[in-house]
Amino acid sequence: MTAVLEMRNITKQFPGVKALNDVTFSVKKGEVHALCGENGAGKSTLMKVLSGLYPHGTYVGQILINGEEKRFGAIKDAEVAGISIIYQELALVKELTIGENLFLGKEPAVFGIINWERVFKESERWLKEVGLHDVNPEQPIGGLGIGKQQQIEIAKALSKNANILILDEPTAALTEQEVDILLDILREFKKRGVTCIYISHKLNEVFAVADTVTVLRDGQTVGTFPIAEMNEDKVISLMVGRELKERFPRIEANPGDVVLKVTDYTVMNPERQGKKVIDNLSFEVRKGEILGIAGLMGAGRTELVMSLFGSYAGQNFGTVEIEGKPVKLKNTQQAIKAGLALVSEDRKKYGLVLGMDIKSNVSMASLGAISSGGILRPNEEIAAGNQYLRSLRVKANSVETIVGTLSGGNQQKVVLGKWLMTNPKILILDEPTRGIDVGAKFEIYNIMNDLIRQGVSIIMVSSELPELLGMSHRIIVISEGKRTGEFQAEEATQEMIMTAATGGKGL
Amino acid sequence: MSINQETVLSQSKIKQRPNWFKFDVRAYTMIGALLSIWVLFSLLHDRFLSPTNLSNLFLQMSVTSILAIGMVLVIVAGQIDLSVGSLVGLTGGIAAILNVWYEWNTIPVILATLGIGAAIGFIQGWIIAYRAVPAFIVTLGGMLIFRGVLFGTTGSVTIAPLTPSMKAIGQSYVGDVIGWVFGIAALAVAGYLVMRKRAARAKFGFDVEPFAVSVLRLGVIGALVIGFVYLMNSYKGIPVPFVMVIVLALIFTFISRNTTFGRQVYAIGGNAEAARLSGINIKRRILLVFVLCNTLAAIAALVLTARLNAATMSSGQNYELDAIAACVIGGTSLMGGTGTIVGAIIGALVMASLDNGMSLMNLESFWQYIVKGGILILAVYVDIYTRQRKKV
Repeated sequence: MTAVLEMRNITKQFPGVKALNDVTFSVKKGEVHALCGENGAGKSTLMKVLSGLYPHGTYVGQILINGEEKRFGAIKDAEVAGISIIYQELALVKELTIGENLFLGKEPAVFGIINWERVFKESERWLKEVGLHDVNPEQPIGGLGIGKQQQIEIAKALSKNANILILDEPTAALTEQEVDILLDILREFKKRGVTCIYISHKLNEVFAVADTVTVLRDGQTVGTFPIAEMNEDKVISLMVGRELKERFPRIEANPGDVVLKVTDYTVMNPERQGKKVIDNLSFEVRKGEILGIAGLMGAGRTELVMSLFGSYAGQNFGTVEIEGKPVKLKNTQQAIKAGLALVSEDRKKYGLVLGMDIKSNVSMASLGAISSGGILRPNEEIAAGNQYLRSLRVKANSVETIVGTLSGGNQQKVVLGKWLMTNPKILILDEPTRGIDVGAKFEIYNIMNDLIRQGVSIIMVSSELPELLGMSHRIIVISEGKRTGEFQAEEATQEMIMTAATGGKGL
Repeated sequence: MSINQETVLSQSKIKQRPNWFKFDVRAYTMIGALLSIWVLFSLLHDRFLSPTNLSNLFLQMSVTSILAIGMVLVIVAGQIDLSVGSLVGLTGGIAAILNVWYEWNTIPVILATLGIGAAIGFIQGWIIAYRAVPAFIVTLGGMLIFRGVLFGTTGSVTIAPLTPSMKAIGQSYVGDVIGWVFGIAALAVAGYLVMRKRAARAKFGFDVEPFAVSVLRLGVIGALVIGFVYLMNSYKGIPVPFVMVIVLALIFTFISRNTTFGRQVYAIGGNAEAARLSGINIKRRILLVFVLCNTLAAIAALVLTARLNAATMSSGQNYELDAIAACVIGGTSLMGGTGTIVGAIIGALVMASLDNGMSLMNLESFWQYIVKGGILILAVYVDIYTRQRKKV
């Protein structure tokens, strides 16, 4: 068999980071080729290079299709060469019918007048290709389940004459039956010579359908292996096989009473009826400890903490106790009053008002403390701002500096300052060091240590395993909304956590 | 680490050499535009800068200014209110009916009108905030409904004349002596505030502007205030509606800058998600913003009806557009999150100056529409252009 696709020595540089470093990737015709790696290993970047989203010239290296070098200037060029990518978030227009979606942008038309008969006739044919025999192409797409929408997305790719299909985390939102249907379709494609590149965190799926697996780590190729020679443990160790390079200033926990106790906690998906994002989860956090929450993207970590903070749209069931008292937190006001604080994963979207200055952002969740009768006391606001500017070592000219002009690390410190000003008992940190440099990370770790010394409890959600292992005292692992492991951080290894996170053989 | 920190700090000190004469670029552009319009009209027409005409100008801008004050809050919160023009018509009509047909006294008429404005704001705000119907739609519907109710209740006739005390709201002037008392009081308050700010900044270790600059700043304010009072007094005195504009502008500037409510409105407009996750009750704030905006519309209606000494079917028509334009010319961003009351009032002054100057020159009214539309687009273009340049 010949290589239908070869990517040679691909290097892609972002400001400050090498996302891909001399990556070589070769796919044979008609195989399902799995691409594995931790969050941030470079899988998505590599696929964006391949699909033309990062055009030729923004990366170094060669792309060969059937032995011929290609230079894609745009997504359209890659599509002409037979490459089609199906993203995690479906790119369908929910209000339009199935047929309209399938032919969006390439409607069969004479002088701009669409031949609808042909649209729906041909749609039927493509739908059959992906196993949708009883679906009417004149039906709006919004009424279908996510699984069927995914199949339509695949049909759409096929209708563009794709012979290399890229699936990026296709099963993240699917139920088990839907996953089985999808895997069957892929097996069918294999027989017909369609090549698939399959990106997934779920190793059981990879082993169920793939012929070959390529592992990426830190933007480099670790290797390409026939699936028959591998097992899940081997793949995991290849994915995480790195030494702890950064230093983590962890201090010993002095765990006190249980501050937060969550029992049988279930959170529903607000957009898909009947699907749970968190399934019957129980855990507790003690005073003065850091509890790490591990899990892959889409495991439900963010949904869990958002729901606990009263700010997630999906319904929740189960009990939450704070200092022994059951609480029912319906909105963020109540959560803050109960002593919770949440530093969310996307500080620009959820954390800061970028156009406002530091002091206004810091005081935003505690306006009651610096006002009387609804009238602000500006001097106290400045004093509070200055206090956090100093104690968190924010590098800025003054508390009147506009937050949008600060660096990522300093912005994150402002968000931390905002929540520290509310005097929380339980501080939830969702990806607290994402996108900030090593020095600022270290400072944030030190701030966390100061807080647990003062008796605050910290819940840290993180995708960076070294950080979880290095900073937390206990770690629980979530996979598809279920708890699949709990470890004492000192005894845990990255392999143990990855095993639990990819399908749950731990505990 | 600590060495690092110090070098960063000292570098930043060098970088930020304070320039006390540098205000906002936008404030400069706005005032520059206003002055150039005035210079242009005074060259084209010798009566433009006469006390009589300027007094008229301030009277004319009052209604738009009062509407713009409320509109700033609405737009800052990321919303829009298209209904205020019709609301001016409706509440003005109700005030006239109560005063003329039912012979109510002035005070009850004022209270009833304000109450109706607030109630309508409550209803509109509730549908927008708690029922999540877009403000554009709710207030567009309101615009039609209020105009329709006005036609229905009045039977499409003009209601006039008002009682003398009612008329006084829009037609009277503050006497010479009281005018000077106002002016001197304003100067004293400005001096006190400048000095207090200096003291506060010194206390918290901020750089304090040189004393000479503070004096100069006060000197400019003083010249403006004294010049204004002198000019107005050389005609009939300061128009009462303009006194109301100043008082309302002060109150709402205070609300927007010094209250938790004002701060939260700016935060909601700047980033609603972040505001929600900071425990701010967005719905309640939006509701209150509309109550305030529509109550101000009722005040504007009282001024307009009193000034015209009549309630007509078309009064207030298209005023919402003038108010929005005044806000936008004054630097309020339609994206929400930024905008000042002072800016909106300068914007209203720009619009009123254009109207007034072109009427003086006897330009046909179609020109006035075209010029005002052009100025609006130009103002926003200049704003976007200067901001993009700042980014680069």
